[in-house]
Amino acid sequence: MPFSSDALARLEADAAQIIAKYPRSRSALLPLLHLVQAEEGHVSTDGVAFCAAQLGLTDAEVSAVVTFYTMYKRRPVGDYHVGVCTNTLCAVMGGDAIFAGLTEHLGVGNDETTPDRKITLEHIECNAACDYAPVMMVNWEFFDNMTPGTARQLVDDLRAGEPVRPSRGPSHLCTWREAARILAGFPDDQATDGPAAGPPGLVGLKIAKERGWTAPPGPSQGQGTSSQGPASRSAEEASR
Amino acid sequence: MTDTLTPVLTAHWDDPDCFTLAAYRRAGGYQGLAKALGMPPDDVIGQVKASGLRGRGGAGFPTGMKWGFIPQGDGKPHYLVLNADESEPGTCKDMPLMMASPQVLIEGMVIACYAIRAERAFIYVRGEALHVIRRLHHAVAEAREAGYLGTDILGSGYDLEIVVHAGAGAYICGEETGLLESLEGYRGQPRLKPPFPAIEGLYACPTVVNNVETIASVPSIMVNGADWFAGMGTEKSKGFGIFSLSGHVTTPGQYEAPLGITLRELLELAGGVRAGHQLKFWTPGGSSTPILTGEHLDMPLDYESVGAAGSMLGTRGLEIFDETTCAIRAALRWTEFYEHESCGKCTPCREGTYWMRQLLEDLEQGKGSEDDVTKLLDINDNMVGRVFCALGDTAGSPIASTIKYFRDEYLEHLKQGGCPFDPSAATLFAGDGAQS
Repeated sequence: MPFSSDALARLEADAAQIIAKYPRSRSALLPLLHLVQAEEGHVSTDGVAFCAAQLGLTDAEVSAVVTFYTMYKRRPVGDYHVGVCTNTLCAVMGGDAIFAGLTEHLGVGNDETTPDRKITLEHIECNAACDYAPVMMVNWEFFDNMTPGTARQLVDDLRAGEPVRPSRGPSHLCTWREAARILAGFPDDQATDGPAAGPPGLVGLKIAKERGWTAPPGPSQGQGTSSQGPASRSAEEASR
Repeated sequence: MTDTLTPVLTAHWDDPDCFTLAAYRRAGGYQGLAKALGMPPDDVIGQVKASGLRGRGGAGFPTGMKWGFIPQGDGKPHYLVLNADESEPGTCKDMPLMMASPQVLIEGMVIACYAIRAERAFIYVRGEALHVIRRLHHAVAEAREAGYLGTDILGSGYDLEIVVHAGAGAYICGEETGLLESLEGYRGQPRLKPPFPAIEGLYACPTVVNNVETIASVPSIMVNGADWFAGMGTEKSKGFGIFSLSGHVTTPGQYEAPLGITLRELLELAGGVRAGHQLKFWTPGGSSTPILTGEHLDMPLDYESVGAAGSMLGTRGLEIFDETTCAIRAALRWTEFYEHESCGKCTPCREGTYWMRQLLEDLEQGKGSEDDVTKLLDINDNMVGRVFCALGDTAGSPIASTIKYFRDEYLEHLKQGGCPFDPSAATLFAGDGAQS
């Protein structure tokens, strides 16, 4: 269904903001596709036509781009996109068992949506969180060190509308469409929520502090004194 | 003698506010920028050159030299593009860095742009990490508000804008020319090189594409000097880097150390391979780097030593697998990944990954014959050097290296007519009863 005139006006205003960020308008295509995905939950033919019109491209030129990138969905997605990493390390650490368990529990396969339109299940590639394996992503937020049991609980909570908190992310989990809007370049106000780092991010630092290991002092610094520069910040930190 | 671990990039990640500008400044942030803006741009390049910093995204190209390739006085716009598309399986250093310490990136980017004389920079961040993207937007906004971005930065007369650009799910966009195609709004298919991006990059203008960790290393080099940086690491692999341990290890996580540390040292710090198990194989720097085994425990993790052992330092994404892991299953999963992520432009890669995956599927199930093992190596030989980019060049690495070290295991699958391993024994929750 084509966009309503209200929606169209709103989208055109957003699109103009996005396009203005780039030296050449075509660079705005990926964010514009995230924008129309935020509007409809997927990239429809209307979404393609909208992007093409904003950038002076043909629908075919835009479609060629849409079909290249796995994050653009060409069919409606549930409120929660649930990704299970089944790349080698996560698969071995339990991702395969988690994915198999969810498939059975939800009664859907890869890239399929539950009948209540709540959950779309997908096996995803490495999401750069291997030290937290096995990893799942819900609407592209991290859920770390999962098991088949915690994965089942997670999707049950999502379907029941229970509050769910990512391991390293905001207190409020966005819906799929809200997430797409952030990807389009319109962030929400949750950037300062959540930790700076998760536990595995700190293991090396903890050992270094326990053993008094630091990078060598810079030329303007004495060993162990509080001073400037990234290299000696741990000394300053310790004395705080 | 340098300490075993040398936290610089990770030094403040335990500060809960580490990602804010206030925390970054409190810890001495933006002094490198102040220093750089007081120097002629060429001297900034010179200092990075002298430090010996090499690209931390995997290829290890000298950073200062890359910056020096940008033609000056050519009348064209210059661009810096930060490659934040971290997607190499096993690699997990840039995402935590951007989550915890995005301001160091902004500072590094301003210094780099000043040096190469760029007025526009882009952070091409993979789209599948929403909170990282929030933090980047927040960091850019805070930096602009404080005058570290925008016009007349710190009163220097220098202007710079940074745009956070989210990708849309494509490993190939971590390849620098695929990334540039994507940033121009096209399918992310790599370009034939030369010309290299330094001459014809974004919009056919001179462009530097640098990895997150590379750029994050620059502020400390400006503050403490090239000799300070070069004083860490080995003769040709200088400085520090984040080593990311994952998999069958007692304490997986991030360990920042001088280049040249060994896996034995890292494993000691990480409490060893998980209790009751032994190391079987590991990747030194992501799935594209050929696997190594226990015989390489004392090999210095620097560019030269890992290269001499037949692999690559890569991204220092150290995936550790113990004896419960089937080497063929590992190779198959990585091959499925490369097949999925091949952009399809070069026939050897598009077709090669497709056929290799099928052969491996059969072999994992104990079907096929020993000839198929040879065939896998033949296909790989026909990909390497016959493709535009490193994806095709290295897609066969897991296969060739598992055959090199575990040929008998391939044959054992054939002999048994199936996989001799129990996958549940390899999981994080093995022994927890009903897989709870």
